[in-house]
Amino acid sequence: MVQNIIDVKNLSKSFDISYKEPGLKGTIKHFFRRQTKSLKVIKDISFEIKEGEIVGFLGANGAGKTTILKMLCGLIYPSEGSILVSGYLPFRRKENFLKNITLIMGQKQQLIWDLPPIESFYLNASIYDLDKFEAKKRIKKLSEMLEIDEELFIPVRKLSLGQRMKSELLAALIHEPNILFLDEPTLGLDINAQRNLRKFLQKYNKETNATICLTSHYMKDITSLCKRVICVHEGAISYDGKLNLLLKKLSPVKEILIVCRSEKDAITLENSGFTVKNKSKNEITIKIENNSITSSLKTILNNFDIEDLFINEPPIDEIIGKVLIKNDYDI
Amino acid sequence: MNFRKYLKIYKKFLHTSLASELEYKTNILVDLITAILSLIGSIFLLSIFFQNNGYIGGWKFEQALIIQAIYTILNGITNTWFNPNLTEIVKHIREGTLDFVLLKPIDSQFFISLKKINPSGFLEIMLGFFLLIFCIRVNQISLNLIFMTLSLITICCSICILYSLWFFISTTTIWFVKTWNAIEVLRSFLYIGRFPLNSFSFSLRIFFSIIIPIAFITTIPSEVFLGLSQLWKILLEVIVATIFLITSRKFWLFALKFYSSASS
Repeated sequence: MVQNIIDVKNLSKSFDISYKEPGLKGTIKHFFRRQTKSLKVIKDISFEIKEGEIVGFLGANGAGKTTILKMLCGLIYPSEGSILVSGYLPFRRKENFLKNITLIMGQKQQLIWDLPPIESFYLNASIYDLDKFEAKKRIKKLSEMLEIDEELFIPVRKLSLGQRMKSELLAALIHEPNILFLDEPTLGLDINAQRNLRKFLQKYNKETNATICLTSHYMKDITSLCKRVICVHEGAISYDGKLNLLLKKLSPVKEILIVCRSEKDAITLENSGFTVKNKSKNEITIKIENNSITSSLKTILNNFDIEDLFINEPPIDEIIGKVLIKNDYDI
Repeated sequence: MNFRKYLKIYKKFLHTSLASELEYKTNILVDLITAILSLIGSIFLLSIFFQNNGYIGGWKFEQALIIQAIYTILNGITNTWFNPNLTEIVKHIREGTLDFVLLKPIDSQFFISLKKINPSGFLEIMLGFFLLIFCIRVNQISLNLIFMTLSLITICCSICILYSLWFFISTTTIWFVKTWNAIEVLRSFLYIGRFPLNSFSFSLRIFFSIIIPIAFITTIPSEVFLGLSQLWKILLEVIVATIFLITSRKFWLFALKFYSSASS
């Protein structure tokens, strides 16, 4: 049986946030008497993550995804509740715990700006107590997986964003952590760089059985990497489960555009009991429920003379986006 | 704490930091020229003060030069280690890159206090030592083991006090976010350390001994060099340095509990 590697129970976090009124008067008032309010950004959440799982955290900006990741890796003290990661209390930041995890942030970097990435890798290797031989071996292996070579010897400031992100990944993985916390790792990358990064993460997970917790605003990252998602809305978990079940729930029907050979066929199809969205000449768009899609298509192909057929899936970004804003799972 | 591991990491810090700085040759050259001109300017200024009256606060010009030498060494240490590292703490906290430091399996205070060095500060340290050797000859100070030990202890204590004060102020960034001004004020106070404590009024002497212990930083080591220091003063400096070091450490660990990291 696969063990739970992350165990979160009734976790809450509050921050003191200061408020400022607009204008000069507000500025002076704010300078002398700062008004603060305690804001509960994470509200009583509980979840478990199994070893080797890739879990995506979904939520609108400010929903609390990054705060959850930062509490999981021990950067922020929780206000209430308990967290156990790999058997450790993260906020104690014990050496063995830190050797087991890594945090990668798409918008922040740890590489030394003026030096080639290789220098940062060897620095990290000495911090993680790796000898030169072992460090060299791991750099070689990871650089092959990430498909970077010459870039290792070029100053970081001269690298492209994609090359820099790959180097950041290598620096963060040199100690071969079991748990990866990734906060928007594909932020700002072009489509090819995003795809390469996702490919690498899939391969890394497969080869090392590492657990990956990921936040991203790019739905492609989530759909291609995560089987399970945790949706966060205003600091609370609104959905925790399989991604395909969520999509089925949110989008129970598919639209199918059928191009018939003759208009007569299209008329017959229109009157054969399917839910028709629209029809023009020999083209007809029907709606079919996800669970009956195979049998329905079989019937159509066997009984009608079909020239062409298109299955239109509603864009995932659109479906999830609506859920994240409205927190309504019955759309 | 694994001493060998930390030594190995420090060697790497030295290597990467030197390599980073050497990327900008002109900058290093300007820093070196600034260090030389700054020392010449300070000695010139000091000589103007002593022009009309041979003594200030009971100190001769040649004796006051010892304070200048110790100040130059300390300023060199400040520019080599404290300035590049401790001013970065503010940046780390403001931009949230302290996250990377806290997630490394080494002591975070060690990491943020020693990661960088500014090689041009070495010249200042060397110039300070040359001036000190010159002062030892001019003031006919005899070098013996007790003298050497006491001067080393007091200079080390001075470094600890200065580091702790700076680190303490930088740590408050966790709550106040911006503390550049406080660090500038500390640096300004340090300039005052170039003059003998006795040359100030009684109230200022109390202020610079108790509130901001600049007096401990330069005057006491200088008194040791001149054989003017009393044992209780040296002991007091050791106690003050120990208290400052421990307090800054405890304060850092306490402050980290309030670290909220920057938003993404």
